[in-house]
Amino acid sequence: MSKKHHITTIVNGDEYEALCETRQSLLDVLRDELRLTGTKEGCATGDCGACSVMMDGRLVCSCLVLAVEADGKSVDTIEGMASGDELHPLQSKFLELNGLQCGICTPGFLIAARALLERNPDPTESEARYWLAGNLCRCTGYDKIIRAVLSAAAEMRGA
Amino acid sequence: MSTILEKPGFNPDRKYKIIGTSPVKHDGFDKVTGRAKFAADAFLPGMLVGKVLRSPHPHAILKRIDTTQASKVPGVKAIITRDDFPEIKQGTGGGDMTRLAMAREKVYWEGHPVAAVAATSEAAAKKALKLIEVEYEVLPHVIDPVEAMKPDAPILHEYMRTKGAKGPDAERPTNVVERHELGIGDVDKGFAEADFIVEGTFDTKPMHQGYIELQSCVANYSEDGQVDLWCCTQAPWVYRDRLTEILKIDSSKIRIQQSELGGGFGGKTTFYLEPLSVVLSRKAKCAVKMTLTRVEVMRATGPVSGTQSTIKMGCKKDGTIVAVDSKLVFQTGPYTGSAFTNAPQAMLTRYDLKHVRTISYEVVSNRPKVSSFRAPCVPQVIFGVEGLIDELATKIGMDPLEMRLKNAIVEGHKTIYGETFNRIGFVETLEAAKACDHYRAPVPKGQARGIACGFWFNRGGETAGSMNLAPDGTVTITLGTADVAGSRMSMAMMAAEELGIPVDRVRAVLADTHSLGYNRVTAGSRTTFSSGIIVVDSARKIITELCRRAAKIWNVPEEGVVFEDGVCRPASSNVGEFEPLSIKEIAHKTTYTMGSISGHSEMNVTGAGPGFAVHIVDVEVDKETGLTSVKRYTIIEDAGKAISPAQVEGQFQGAAVQGIGWALNEEYVYGADGRLQNPGFLDYRMPVASDVPMIDTVIVEVPNPKHPFGLRGVGEVPLTPAMAAIGNAIGHAIGIRPRSLPMSPPKVLAIIEEARARGVLPAG
Repeated sequence: MSKKHHITTIVNGDEYEALCETRQSLLDVLRDELRLTGTKEGCATGDCGACSVMMDGRLVCSCLVLAVEADGKSVDTIEGMASGDELHPLQSKFLELNGLQCGICTPGFLIAARALLERNPDPTESEARYWLAGNLCRCTGYDKIIRAVLSAAAEMRGA
Repeated sequence: MSTILEKPGFNPDRKYKIIGTSPVKHDGFDKVTGRAKFAADAFLPGMLVGKVLRSPHPHAILKRIDTTQASKVPGVKAIITRDDFPEIKQGTGGGDMTRLAMAREKVYWEGHPVAAVAATSEAAAKKALKLIEVEYEVLPHVIDPVEAMKPDAPILHEYMRTKGAKGPDAERPTNVVERHELGIGDVDKGFAEADFIVEGTFDTKPMHQGYIELQSCVANYSEDGQVDLWCCTQAPWVYRDRLTEILKIDSSKIRIQQSELGGGFGGKTTFYLEPLSVVLSRKAKCAVKMTLTRVEVMRATGPVSGTQSTIKMGCKKDGTIVAVDSKLVFQTGPYTGSAFTNAPQAMLTRYDLKHVRTISYEVVSNRPKVSSFRAPCVPQVIFGVEGLIDELATKIGMDPLEMRLKNAIVEGHKTIYGETFNRIGFVETLEAAKACDHYRAPVPKGQARGIACGFWFNRGGETAGSMNLAPDGTVTITLGTADVAGSRMSMAMMAAEELGIPVDRVRAVLADTHSLGYNRVTAGSRTTFSSGIIVVDSARKIITELCRRAAKIWNVPEEGVVFEDGVCRPASSNVGEFEPLSIKEIAHKTTYTMGSISGHSEMNVTGAGPGFAVHIVDVEVDKETGLTSVKRYTIIEDAGKAISPAQVEGQFQGAAVQGIGWALNEEYVYGADGRLQNPGFLDYRMPVASDVPMIDTVIVEVPNPKHPFGLRGVGEVPLTPAMAAIGNAIGHAIGIRPRSLPMSPPKVLAIIEEARARGVLPAG
């Protein structure tokens, strides 16, 4: 067995240390070592977006990032999206507008949608659909997800 | 005393406070914060990782398995093969089930499990898998079901004889599991009355349910033989009973707790990893967690039946359909279980036909065993039926909706399978479609419109549940059905409505298999209907008990108390002057009356109301590439009564997009070697957000009088017409209706060229 690597990563603002194998993905380390299981595995090939997280402010599929690459970096996951008791407007809108059914893809959609609104606070429906095309949902047909994202964007703009 | 099934107490004039609203789902909060625990989110102390070795061959004799070298890998704690499972005769239900989990005599598809390993790490388990030596004698294989029916096809099971076959066909080894005939009247007589006859052969490809959550489970087998099993399933009790059957473990020793279910759509009604994890845990003396990869999900879990339907249909000039003749072929994978008899029962059930013949075949081949998927086997045949109706409507120059109205069934209709329908809403659904904005709007330039109708029986079945009133007046419900998309909330709403309390004072949870009696699989659009009846029955039992307690507190006869609007009050002034007692007040005093108050109910629920839908779709077909874009989509469907309209809309919308995927893109691609070539989301491409428009919905409400609130199931109906509606739209766009799914660009392009050659589509 090859030697493990010691990594230090800021996850949702807190410093975490982990020992990981070279081959382990950031997704595996988040879930299996840090037990932050809100980030989901749907494919492990970067096709479904269920494992979306932010790494140093960039939206990534954590299944395609090696854990050692996250050493010294900052990672934001679904567990850090709400501030205390206060849900992020996207979380509130997903609830209010039924933007989720089974919920397995929801963390990935929320992380990806927040990344969209940080870059583009006023996306069109089409822009939202293309930005979120990297996230698969099999339950909702996307209708209520897109409505929730656009509605959250409007609320965040104060519109 | 009559039961709730006999007297559901449906009141068309009842004004609802909670039903018909769409409050935030209680389970939603944990799902937006990442707290919700899905199958793969469980961890136990000392837990091992389990992995499966799978056959690389689609068909081979399993001659020898040697685990000697693999067992020497550091960290490997157990290896299991066929030798670790009790022998059960081939060709029986249990025999098929155990062989589906672990191959015995032969491997039947690429991906068939031949061994499994539990180790301290995934790396160790994978290393061990590579060191297991397996000797195969490779046999010829057959993938396509129509090929598998031919006399010279490779035979999967030498013991198989066709059930329902006549003459010499009944005697020889075959891949045809069953020949099933269903019909009414005399088709020859019917066709003799026809002014127009159309005929076609339609084929549909297997698709995958495509749930995003990978199957995962944790089994913990204790030293005294107790099994704790955590898994994502639509059928905890069914899984338990199957484990009992194939592993010979008492059901009382198997406790299954369902996790949050990350999508199922029928695909999580069959078990794969669960028996392996239990046997590994027993052997390793540790908890074992197993999770499928997406490639394994695609290669080795149930897709949907691929079909070939040859259908002939005749009608009179006035649009009356006079006869239908059909031959239907269903692929089931290596073992029976496609539920194919749904198809002949449902394919025409919405039209009043006098002469119908259906001959259906279920066929085994070297592909993964199919599993259920929304209205198993029905959307496939509706693709053909609704396509031919559209062709007839075009021939006689009739509006396609009018033609369906002309033939639509109403209350009192006796179906081809013998059931006589109570109140149904097909005509109302068609009328709503005619009146909706989408149908009334002109077809935009460059686009074409298709419509199609669908049907599903909706089911009831064995269901059990419990309801407990806490001393603070709040209520908990324990459900035996799985929550596939929000049914816990619908149950809480029905309980709150019946009890007259706010929905936030009710919580519903999912039971483990020790806590309730048998619950049938969560499928067939039965959940909100069946568990809903259990919930209302339990609430009514609680209400009866509340009245008893109030009588005791007031020291009056029980019949002197009535329950209204969430409070007990004296039935009349003759009973005495008492302030009404709320549920909370009575609950608070249970210690001083007769102890806690609970309602419990279990029954084989009957009375499910059939559902009907109309889909309207506008498409644009790129004549250069053959690419179809869905521009506008509307679903009109009878929900009986929408408990939570937002959730009902969500069912409609999700089904429509699954249908778009099945119609335009999704299929399994096999090489000549019998191996699946697209086992991942890159090459098996499901619709993404940018592929589809908003999906408009019209909820029709023709109440089902057999349910206290009138509801009908809505999970399956909305998939059934989807591919037919899209196919009809493409047909109108390019002049020839496609008859093969998926209607992908290369296939549509070939049809465009044919249409131009035939002069039904202008050149250029």
